[in-house]
Amino acid sequence: MFESLGISPQVFFGQLMLGFINGSFYAILSLGLSIIFGLLNIINFTHGAQYMLGAFVAWMLLAYLGIGYWWALLLAPIIVGVLGMIVERVLISRLYHLDHLYGLLLTFGLALILQGVLRNAYGVSGLPYSVPPQLTGGQNLGFMYLPNYRMWAAIVALAVCLATWFLIEKTRLGGYLRAANEDPVMLGAFGINVPRMLTLTYGFGVALAAFAGVLAAPIYSVNPNMGADLIIIVFAVVVIGGMGSILGSIFTGLGLGLVEGLTKVVYPEASSVVIFVIMAIVLLIKPAGLFGRTV
Amino acid sequence: MKKTGFLLTSFAALLTAASASAQDIPVKIGVLTDLSGVYADASGPGSVFAAELAVEDFTRQSPGLNVEVISADHQNKGDVASSIARRWLDDDVNAIVDIAASSTAFAVHELLRDSNALALFSSAASSGLTGEDCSPHSVHWTYDTWMLAHGTGRAVLEAGGDSWFFIAPDYTFGHTLVEQTSAVVQENGGEVLGSVSHPFPGQDFSSFILQAQASGAKVIGLANSGQDMINAVRQAREFGVTQGGQSIAAIMLNIHDVHSLGLEASQGLLFASVFDWNLNEGTREWSARFEEKMGTKPSMMQAGVYSAVLHYLKSVEATGTTDADTVVTNMKDTPTDDPLFGKGRIRADGRKIHDAYLFKVKEPSASEGPWDYFEVVSTIPADLAFRPIEDGGCPLAQ
Amino acid sequence: MSIMNETKSASFAVHDKQASLPRHHAVIFIGLLAAGLIAPFLLAPIFVMKVLCFALFACAFNLLLGFGGLLSFGHAAFFGSASYVSAHAAKVWGLTPELAILCGTLSALVLGVVIGALAIRRQGIYFAMVTLAFAQMVYFFSLQAGFTGGEDGIQAVPRGDLFGLLSLNSDLVLYFVVFAITAAGMLLIYRIIYSPFGQVLKAISMNEQRAVSLGYRVNRYKLTVFVLSATLAGLAGATKAIVFQLASLTDVHWSMSGEVVLMTLIGGVGTVFGPIVGAAVIVTMQNYLATFGAWVTIIQGVIFVFTVMLFREGIVGVISKALKKPF
Repeated sequence: MFESLGISPQVFFGQLMLGFINGSFYAILSLGLSIIFGLLNIINFTHGAQYMLGAFVAWMLLAYLGIGYWWALLLAPIIVGVLGMIVERVLISRLYHLDHLYGLLLTFGLALILQGVLRNAYGVSGLPYSVPPQLTGGQNLGFMYLPNYRMWAAIVALAVCLATWFLIEKTRLGGYLRAANEDPVMLGAFGINVPRMLTLTYGFGVALAAFAGVLAAPIYSVNPNMGADLIIIVFAVVVIGGMGSILGSIFTGLGLGLVEGLTKVVYPEASSVVIFVIMAIVLLIKPAGLFGRTV
Repeated sequence: MKKTGFLLTSFAALLTAASASAQDIPVKIGVLTDLSGVYADASGPGSVFAAELAVEDFTRQSPGLNVEVISADHQNKGDVASSIARRWLDDDVNAIVDIAASSTAFAVHELLRDSNALALFSSAASSGLTGEDCSPHSVHWTYDTWMLAHGTGRAVLEAGGDSWFFIAPDYTFGHTLVEQTSAVVQENGGEVLGSVSHPFPGQDFSSFILQAQASGAKVIGLANSGQDMINAVRQAREFGVTQGGQSIAAIMLNIHDVHSLGLEASQGLLFASVFDWNLNEGTREWSARFEEKMGTKPSMMQAGVYSAVLHYLKSVEATGTTDADTVVTNMKDTPTDDPLFGKGRIRADGRKIHDAYLFKVKEPSASEGPWDYFEVVSTIPADLAFRPIEDGGCPLAQ
Repeated sequence: MSIMNETKSASFAVHDKQASLPRHHAVIFIGLLAAGLIAPFLLAPIFVMKVLCFALFACAFNLLLGFGGLLSFGHAAFFGSASYVSAHAAKVWGLTPELAILCGTLSALVLGVVIGALAIRRQGIYFAMVTLAFAQMVYFFSLQAGFTGGEDGIQAVPRGDLFGLLSLNSDLVLYFVVFAITAAGMLLIYRIIYSPFGQVLKAISMNEQRAVSLGYRVNRYKLTVFVLSATLAGLAGATKAIVFQLASLTDVHWSMSGEVVLMTLIGGVGTVFGPIVGAAVIVTMQNYLATFGAWVTIIQGVIFVFTVMLFREGIVGVISKALKKPF
């Protein structure tokens, strides 16, 4: 079968591995987007910029305060998450009663501002951020050389995805959140502060993006445009998985990482468009996405 | 008494007439560049400042001309570039300088063909500007894809890199670089084992690097630029390309790219270029002035803007007009000379030629501080550095 | 299902009670006509032509969103592909400009039928995503196909002679041709809005189920308005290729689809004249903010935020509300 595709088994397995790693990035990014959409009904177009901001905060912590990678992994998501909560309180919360389009346009505008400001301040060439010393080097797997850091990033991203799924689907807090989505008035009547829950949810979704940004910082150079084109891909992942479906985002993210990885061998030019082809097909056959509830 | 008065006034009139040729000519130079996008570091605001420096230096020597520099952001969109350029033509702009992406460059190239203004390209790379579609009103200043492909290709071959695998962005610049470098490699007895075109912009290059590793080629040629190139080099290191015995050749490398990559990741890269701030006393002095305002050392594109504007102003002064045809003829007839590129000339097809260099990125230990990144491996003489005029097929050359 | 259900309106469409043509619209049209005739003598004709092309594009988009209640994220596909075909026809086939524009427009029509037939099976955000997906494929095709010139685009497109007789090389002559094309396009859109067909569209966008139960073949109406909108967007793109003598990837990129949403929103979704104002504002910004360099994106972002937070009905929408007349 490998020969028919014109690739060797080594390359095939190597690409599967890389697809899996990239897929875990898509998973964690689309998860945040999916949570925000599922519970707040906001299409968060700032997500890519917030991912970028996570990487930038990690860089700033190191450059200005001497705080290294491990603390940044914890601090950057918190900082970006808090900023997100402020944005939610001041701006986004005023749009809940309106059509999706307005939330999308607002967050798109915010993304432009964020990217523009950082571009003015730091240029477009990007800033270097090193792999932490504990994770340098790599393993020779026989069919490929796998850098330790990539493996670490993929595993951590997946672990966070699963923890999030557990939190939302299996705990009381998650139950409140889902209830807030179904019937906010009723939940309010039970004495739950619904607006505060929404703010926290947004902050959490944003923090996930920032966390992915910190994970990405040592792999890609930290630069203001790093999230700009990612956003529509991640958005496509969410739509394919079924908007608002948490498990759907995780599986679809991984799956599309694999498909994209194989496309990069067979028809590399098309690797950026293959996701949209799949999205069109899925939407035409299964309108609510692979894992979504029917509309 | 009356007669002397008359004589005096006519004498004075004569005097003014003699210098009027230069003095009364307003010259307007428009720097059209990428102020906010992917090329903003290598060109952008630095290019605008380089043009201002050229005007400052020129007017210090000959205060006669009344030069004004304006600038705008073409956002790397052809239609934006075209409408700004048209507006500038209505506002009597005499020369449009820099221009970063190829779609914008060609838009201005075509627009100015039938106008009374000149295009001085410093950031655009396509050697097509001086090829079959060359224009009498375009001068291509700093570098082009042919020069990059041949300079880097030949040098790496000589160092023993005789089998190549290319990673290129899926657009014209990348395809042209691969095509031209492949030709050099094959003409000189090397072989090309494969190439892969990645979507632009690319972020993750691991998959392509894996393919390059599997190809067994001695050299992985990176035909992308800027952010893509930076990410590709970084990830090639991450995946142990050099430990595996392969070397990386970055065909298009800029000082800002190395600054972002750090010497650790970029050491040992071989590449062709036409400028480095640390070449000689002249480049060092000018680059210090540049750095004082911009906070970074200049790129070759920015240096090219300075050199182009300076030569243009000299020709305006010499001919006493801003008429595009007159000035461009004078520019091509007069040898160029400035502290940044030394002596050179502009050919009939609009190609400016000067020496090029093969650089190597220093090891971290050999660097004396920030921005001390390159050492000169060899000098490529001006006549060999650029595509021979007869190969381009430019009708102006016949 | 969602928090917003209680107050969310079914669509963006503005539903005025008047079914007949409002009389003051004639006055505005005459005003616009006069402005259009004077404009090239006061401003650079090329700039006004750009405004006209984008105004037509935005009006075409608004026909779909504001009156059909369908949000497309992929309108750049029609705009851009028509501009490629028109540029190719004029440059390589050597067609006269009016035929080149016709070719471009027809290609957008065909594309509109194909994409529309598939997309209208889905609703709301899913409809938008299907259009985005197809637009991405069109972008990919434009990048790969040989005739589009990749990143360089199709350059040096001849403006040619109108009907083989009238040379369009003068900006001023070309201006009046472009003005006539856009004016015709806009009048057509206006006619559609106030036709019985337009009334049915309104009914569908207000309550699709009810329209179905009244016996309307909803999908046929939706497809028709989609194709009309795509074709007119194509007309705008095809004309732009002749004006700027180039067709490039910018016009098929997804950010162009975003730009037309922005123009329509700033001008006022579902108003007749809003998109024209919105296009004028955005194009002016692009042209005159160009000297601010890196601040352009920031300023654009601030305008986005400002519009969404405080100015949701758009410029014309706000005026319309204040004067209590539909514009």
